[in-house]
Amino acid sequence: MNPKVRDEGYDDLLDAAEEGEAYYLACANGHGSLPPRRTCPHCGSVDLSEESLPDSGTVETYTTTQVAAPSFASKTPYTTAVVDFGPVRLTGIVRADAEDVEVGMRVGLAVGRNTMTGNRMLTFHPR
Amino acid sequence: MTTVRIAGATLTHFGSHPDRTGRDLFAEAALGAREQAGVPRDDIDEVAYGNFMGELAERQGHQGPIMAEAAGLNCPATRYEDACASAGVAVRAGVSAIRSGRADVVLAGGMERMTNQETENTTEFLAIAADELYEVRAGMTFPGAYALMQRAYMNEFGGEREDFAHIAVKNHDHALPNEYAQYRSAISVEDHLDAPMISDPVGLYDSCPITDGAAAVILVSEEYAAEHALDAPVAITGTGQGGDNIALQDRTHLNRTPATARAADEAFADAGITPDDVAAVEVHDCFTVAEVLALEGLGFYDPGEAVTAARDGETTKHGSLPVNLSGGLKAKGHPVGATGASQITEMYRLLTGEHPNSEYVDGRVGVTHNAGGTVASAVVHVLEVDA
Ligand SMILES: [Zn+2]
Repeated sequence: MNPKVRDEGYDDLLDAAEEGEAYYLACANGHGSLPPRRTCPHCGSVDLSEESLPDSGTVETYTTTQVAAPSFASKTPYTTAVVDFGPVRLTGIVRADAEDVEVGMRVGLAVGRNTMTGNRMLTFHPR
Repeated sequence: MTTVRIAGATLTHFGSHPDRTGRDLFAEAALGAREQAGVPRDDIDEVAYGNFMGELAERQGHQGPIMAEAAGLNCPATRYEDACASAGVAVRAGVSAIRSGRADVVLAGGMERMTNQETENTTEFLAIAADELYEVRAGMTFPGAYALMQRAYMNEFGGEREDFAHIAVKNHDHALPNEYAQYRSAISVEDHLDAPMISDPVGLYDSCPITDGAAAVILVSEEYAAEHALDAPVAITGTGQGGDNIALQDRTHLNRTPATARAADEAFADAGITPDDVAAVEVHDCFTVAEVLALEGLGFYDPGEAVTAARDGETTKHGSLPVNLSGGLKAKGHPVGATGASQITEMYRLLTGEHPNSEYVDGRVGVTHNAGGTVASAVVHVLEVDA
C-alpha cells in the first residue's frame, strides 16, 4: 500500500493519540467503538460522538512473538497486548521487556512506527 | 424441504505438494468425488468452492470457474471466502441451493496451496484474516491471535500448557492410520513442551502445519438420490453459521467464541438433535486452544471445562466423545480453504465405516465445526448416517 495515502478515521485517531488526545466513539447506549466506523457495532446506532479515551488501561492479555511475518521480521521478540481502557480495548505493541509484561499491568498509550514498513501503530508504555 | 444427501466425498493427501497447482489439487478431489457418486457430468447444477488466499499464493482470482473447469464441468461456479471457514460456507451454500429447490446436484469443496511460499510469507498471508489496521499493524500473527486468546483463557479458567499438550498428542495419535494426513507420527507431551515457542503460550506443537490440499463432496437432493438409486447413506441434516466482531479487542470475551455457539444452536435445531446425540466431532483445532474453545462453544462443555478433556481421556478415540478422529487440523493438516469440506469428507468416512478410525464411532450422528480467523466466522454441520 502507498504509505502516503491515509486511512481516514484510523490515521485521525493516531494523529490525536500522538498529541495525547486519543478518543473513542460512543453511542447513546453507552457502547464504545473505534474509528473508522459509521455505526455502533453493538447496537447499530448511527449517532456516534468522539469521547476522550482514559489516559491509561490495563493489560488483559498479551503474547511475545518469536516467529513473525516479514513486516516484523527484524523486531522479534516483540510483545503484542490487548489493553482494556474501559469503554474500549486497544491492541498494540508493548514497549517493555517481555518478562516484565503481565496481565493487569497498567499502561499508557502512544504511537510508534514500524521501521520495516513505515506504518504507524499503537504502542503501550508501563505507567 | 428436501433432505440433502452426500453421494461422494473425497480429499487429496494433505501435506507438502509445493509444485502442484491449485487447479490440479482440486481436480483430483473433485474427480474422485464425481467417480464415487457416479453422477453424470450434465446433472451437476453448480459448483460451490472455498479458497482463502489464492490471489496471494497463486496470483489467481476468479477461482470458481477455473475450478469448475478443472473438475470437468461447465456450470455456474462461485468461490466462497470466509478465511479458514471458506469451504464450510461453500458446503453450506450447496446445502442451501438444494434445499431451496434451485439445484438437485452440487459439487462443493475447497482448495488451498500454501507450501509454494516461504513460511514467513505464508505467516503474512494468513494474518490478513485479522483486522489489518488494529491487529496486523500491531504485529498480530495467526498464532499470536490464538496466543492472546489462550492466555486470556488460562488467566480466567486456569489450565496448564501440559493440558494443551495432551490435545496435540491425541490428534497426532488419531492421524496415525489416516492415509490422507500430513503427520502420521506420534508425539509425546515432552515433545510438545520441549518444542520452541512461536508466540507464547502457543508453541510449535500447539499449531497446525502449513498444508496443500483439496476436498470435494457431491451433494444431492433426496429425490435425486432415490430416482437414480444412488448409494448415499449419509445426510447433512443440520447447517448453521455464526458471526462475531473480527478484531479480538471488540469482543465481549477474549476467551469464548459465540460465533460457534450461534452456528451450533442453528445447526442442532435444524437437525433436531442435542449435544447428547453426537457420537463424534471434527472441530477446527488450528491451535490446541481452538479445540478447547470449539468444544465449549458447541455446548459439549461449559466455559473453562474443556481444557482437560483430552488429558482426562474424554475426547480421545476411546473416550465418551472422540474429537478429531481424522487427526484434526493439527495432524491431518490445514489447507485453509479446503478444511471445512475435508471435515465433511472425514465425517462421512467415519460414519460409513470407511475410515480407519470408524470403529471408535459409537452412534450415527456426527458434527463438524469450521472456523474462520479468530472465529469471527463459524460453520457447523450435522451429519447422520441412515437418516
Ligand atoms: Zn451502541
